[in-house]
Parts: sequence; C-alpha cells; structure tokens
Amino acid sequence: MSALLAIEELSLVFRTRHGTVRALEDVSLTVDRGEIVGVVGESGSGKSVMAYAALGLQDAAAQVLGGRILFGGLDMLNAAPDVLAATRGREVAMIFQSPRTALNPIRKVGQQIADVLLEHTTFRGAALRAQVIEALSRVRIPDPERRAEAYPFELSGGMCQRVMIAMALACSPALLIADEPTTGLDVTTQAVIMDLVREMSRTSRMSTLLITHDLGLAGEYCDRIAVMHAGHIVEIAPTVELLARPAHPYTRQLLASTPTPRTTIADLVSIPGQLPDLRQELPACRFSARCERHIPLCDERPLPWTVVAPGHAVRCRVPL
Amino acid sequence: MHFFWKRLLGTIPSLIGVVLVTFLLSHALPGDPAAYFAGPAANATSIAEVRAKLGLDRSLPVQFLHYADDLRQGNLGNSLTTGQPVLSDLIERLPASIELTFFALAFAVVAALPLGVWAATRPDSIVDHSCRALVSIGAAFPTFFIGLLFVYLFYFLFDIAPQPLGRLNEILYTAPPRITGAYTIDSILAGEWGVLRASLAQLILPSVSLGMFALAPIARITRAAMLQALGSDFIRTARASGLPTRKILINYAFRNALLPVTNVLGMVFSFLLGGSVLIEQVYGWQGVGAYAVTAVISSDYAAVQGFVLTMAFLYVMLNLVIDLLATAIDPRVRFES
Repeated sequence: MSALLAIEELSLVFRTRHGTVRALEDVSLTVDRGEIVGVVGESGSGKSVMAYAALGLQDAAAQVLGGRILFGGLDMLNAAPDVLAATRGREVAMIFQSPRTALNPIRKVGQQIADVLLEHTTFRGAALRAQVIEALSRVRIPDPERRAEAYPFELSGGMCQRVMIAMALACSPALLIADEPTTGLDVTTQAVIMDLVREMSRTSRMSTLLITHDLGLAGEYCDRIAVMHAGHIVEIAPTVELLARPAHPYTRQLLASTPTPRTTIADLVSIPGQLPDLRQELPACRFSARCERHIPLCDERPLPWTVVAPGHAVRCRVPL
Repeated sequence: MHFFWKRLLGTIPSLIGVVLVTFLLSHALPGDPAAYFAGPAANATSIAEVRAKLGLDRSLPVQFLHYADDLRQGNLGNSLTTGQPVLSDLIERLPASIELTFFALAFAVVAALPLGVWAATRPDSIVDHSCRALVSIGAAFPTFFIGLLFVYLFYFLFDIAPQPLGRLNEILYTAPPRITGAYTIDSILAGEWGVLRASLAQLILPSVSLGMFALAPIARITRAAMLQALGSDFIRTARASGLPTRKILINYAFRNALLPVTNVLGMVFSFLLGGSVLIEQVYGWQGVGAYAVTAVISSDYAAVQGFVLTMAFLYVMLNLVIDLLATAIDPRVRFES
C-alpha cells in the first residue's frame, strides 16, 4: 500500500537578505492512512516549514532545491494553484498554534466554517447552516447554534481551537496537519484537544501529522515519531521503540529533557549548545557540534541512514 | 442601538467645548470690535455706546451666556460684508462646500483604495513603486498649485474642462430649484439632466485637485493595512482551507484593513475642509471657504466665528459617523466600550 503523504528527499532553502537559509535538507517522511505521525524538534528545526510545504503553502522566499511531496499521488510542489486550492481544506486540512489569531477576528466563527464548506461542498442555505452546526457539535462545542454566531474574541482559546478543528474537519479530509495545536492552551484543554484529534483520526480513518516540540505529547498520541534537528530528520521509529531505545544522541537528550510524572526538575537535562546557524556552511551531520560522540567519520558525506530495528532508522554514524 | 445613543451623548461635551473655544477665540483676536463697529468717525462716547449695545462691557461669563443663548436661537450675528445674518449666509453656501468636499473624498477613496490594495498584493513591484511615486506627487504639491495646474492644462491648453468660474455656467444654465442646495442632487430631483451634466463637469476639476491631497494618506494606510492583514495568521488559515484568492483578498484581508482606513478617513476629511478654502478661491466656488476668506480679510468677526463654529460642528459630527462606521466593521469596538 502506498503512503497517503510521501515527502521524498525534500531540500528547501530560503533566500533572504542575510544569506541563504538551508531550512530543509534531504527530508523524507511518509504518513499512511489512519496513522498519526509526530514530528518533534526544537523551534527552528524546520518542522513547520515541512508542514507548510506539504500543503504547497511555502513562503514566497522559499525555494525547493530537490525532492518532491506526493499527497495521494498529487505532486504538491508543482500542482496548479487551483488544483492545490481545491485540495486544501477538502483533502488535507491544517490547524495552527495560537487559535485566536488563526481565526479571522471580525468574522463570526460559523461564517468562517461556512466559507470552507461553500468552497468545497455543494451545501447551500439551510443545509449549509446545518452542516456548520454539525461541524461544531462534532468537536463537542456546547450550544453550537449560539456559538456559530460568536466572534473569536468572545470564545476562550480552547474553544477557538475547537472551532479551528471543526473548520479543518468540516470536509472530512484524509490528512490533518496539526502545527503545535496545543501551544498556548492550558494543560487540561491541551488533553481535551489532543483526545479530540486522536478520536477524529480513529473514527474517520484520517491520517494526522502532528508537529510539536513536546516529545511527551507526541509519545502519548502518535503511532510513529520523526525527530528533526536543524532541517534534518535524524531519527524515525514507532513511538514505543523510539521512547524505549532512542538511537540518536539528540533523541536521547530530548528524552532526558522531557518531563515525565516520575522526574523532578533536577532530573531534567538541558541540551548543550544551540541549533547551528543554517546560513553558514554546515557539516554533514548538523548535530556534530553539540554531540559528545562525535568522531572524524561523522564529517564525511553522505551521512547514511542506519536501520537499527524494523521501522527504526537513525541518521548517525555512531548510534547508541 | 444602545451603543449609538451612548456615542451620540458623547458628542455633547465636544460640542460645548467647540462653542467655548469659538467664543474665547473671538475675544483673543487683536483689535476692538466696538471701535470697529462704531466706524472711523466715532469718538470715545460713541464707541462706549456701541460697546454697551454689543454687551461687550459685561463680564466674560455673562457675555458667554448671551452668546450661548444667541446660538440657541440660531442667531450667529450679522455679516458686515453681506449684510445678511451669518446663519443664512452659511446655510446658503454650505451645501456647495459639502458637495465639493464629498466629491473630492469620493474621488480620493475610489482612486486610493484600489491603488493601496494593488500595491500591497505586489509589494516592491513596479506597481508598488509607481503607486508610491503618484502618491508622493499628490502629497508634495500644494492643493492650490495642483488646482491652478489643472486649470491651465485642462481648461486653457486642452480646452476639455468648462470655465473654472463657480458651480454652474450661469449663462447657459439656471440653477435647479433649491431643495438640498447641492446642485447635483437638486438637478436629479428636478429631473434636469442637462444641469446635472453641467454641474458635474464643473465639479470634476476642483474635486480632483482637492482629492489629490487626500489620495496619499488613504493609499498609504490602505497599503500598510493590507500588508499587515495579508501577513496575519488568519489569512494563512484561509489559504490552508483552500479559499479562493478573491475571497481571501476581499472578505478576509480587505475587510480587516478597512478599520485603520476608516479612521484615517476622518482625519483626511479635516484636511479637505481646510484645503477647500483654497480650492474654492481658485475655482470661484461659492462655498463657505471663499466666504471665510473674504470675512477674514475684511475683519468680519461674526462671519469668521460662524465659519469656525460650523467647521468644528461638522468635524464632531463626522467623527461620530466614523466611529459608527468602525463599529459596523469591527464587532470588537462595540464590546470594548
């Protein structure tokens, strides 16, 4: 069975006034039907850039140097704008962080959901209205008839994120891309939102690509996790495998810096150094400057993938 | 509706302030009005007589009360130059000025909004740069200069504009029966299409030269507001939802950009009121601006006072309208108050 979303050896740079930023290099990732795949990494590791590229929504300054993105057979990087627009929102939808600003502040939330339905479905009039209410109640918004008439500023952050999800799921997409969907929400709301996303993917066989900096969150909700560092995917494995036997030094450090119920603040380790400057000439392994296992061989190109277990691959010369 | 009444009540302090300032202003002006009214042949006794007759020998608060009472009865005093009550002079001429200012504003808005939107959708392109150049030219040249330039070009050189002498060529046309005082509206109401055409022809040059001045701020704010709106998160959401570009531009970006634009409109309107004084002189327009200039030159106190009061009143009312428009555009404003 071929994957629903296949990102193949994607390399992408940003041309900026201050030089070329090598945002993504040779990134490959697949998402199967019904699967929840997490992409984890620090801020600036290229997670969101990859997500936007998957929607064909990359910034004007972005330039794809190589690779391709196939979504259900459609080449997302080269498709015509109207084909892309027809796919977005209907086949693949996205939810964002800071749901308050991600919704149009001066348009009623029901109207915003209706905009999406108007574009992608044939519902009109009363049927359209019924669909909007249905979308809102599906994400368990209490009193959806009244909430449809609300403006985003009248709703809480968690409510706004539910509206975002309702909007994203309105046309029952095959793939949901969730970019830090719970950042800025309090912990209980976070769990509610994530449970909702998981339930939606399970009941409708929807695939989900979850972008997060929170390895704990990804560990709880994802089937597989890809770890990103400085524009590279450094490790990819089924969740249980990755959490139990991290093979990349960076993944291990990420795990050590992720709080669990049994750790105290003193147990948490911070990762030494910082992301390399992506505008400079970079070594084969972009983690080498921060790595204590670094050996001369690490600087040789190309950096190969090592399969340490079925479905568990790591991009490291000296895996753990 | 509740918001509307609250906002309406809010204009009362402004109006009281306007009346107070106009009153004090006339007292701060140099010269003795009593001596002026008494004429060149007056002696000390007759000046004192005039002073008592005008009530100028009373204390300032008492004078203010008299002034306020006169205002209440609609009495703005008599103009020295026309010999008419100032109020009827103003009522006679105000529609001409409002008509001119309105057309100028309409021209500026109709030209500036698309320019700003166009420039914002293609930042740093040729469109953007030429828009900036045009806007700079409009802002850099004084209104009266543009007015004179237009008269020279379009009337003298190309001969495509009518004589720049007032609101209507009185030799060929008679003014329509007065209902609102605005020739365009009155001629429509009277069904006199020839007059409508003629008065519109007279309007084009003055309103475009006046509007050129307002073009710059409106276009610049539109461009900035559009750029900001287009860069915001909810536009990204709209794109990710596959909404068509037209809908994103109009329903999402432009409507959000309208709020700062509306606020600037209020400011621009006050520029136009000031600018119309000069333009009316250039085009022989029989409006309140030309009236005020004559009044200032001939030290016609009551007329100047009446003019200032009218302009201030208009400005307060305009701000009310702008505020109400803002609430219609942005639901958040309603809830903040």
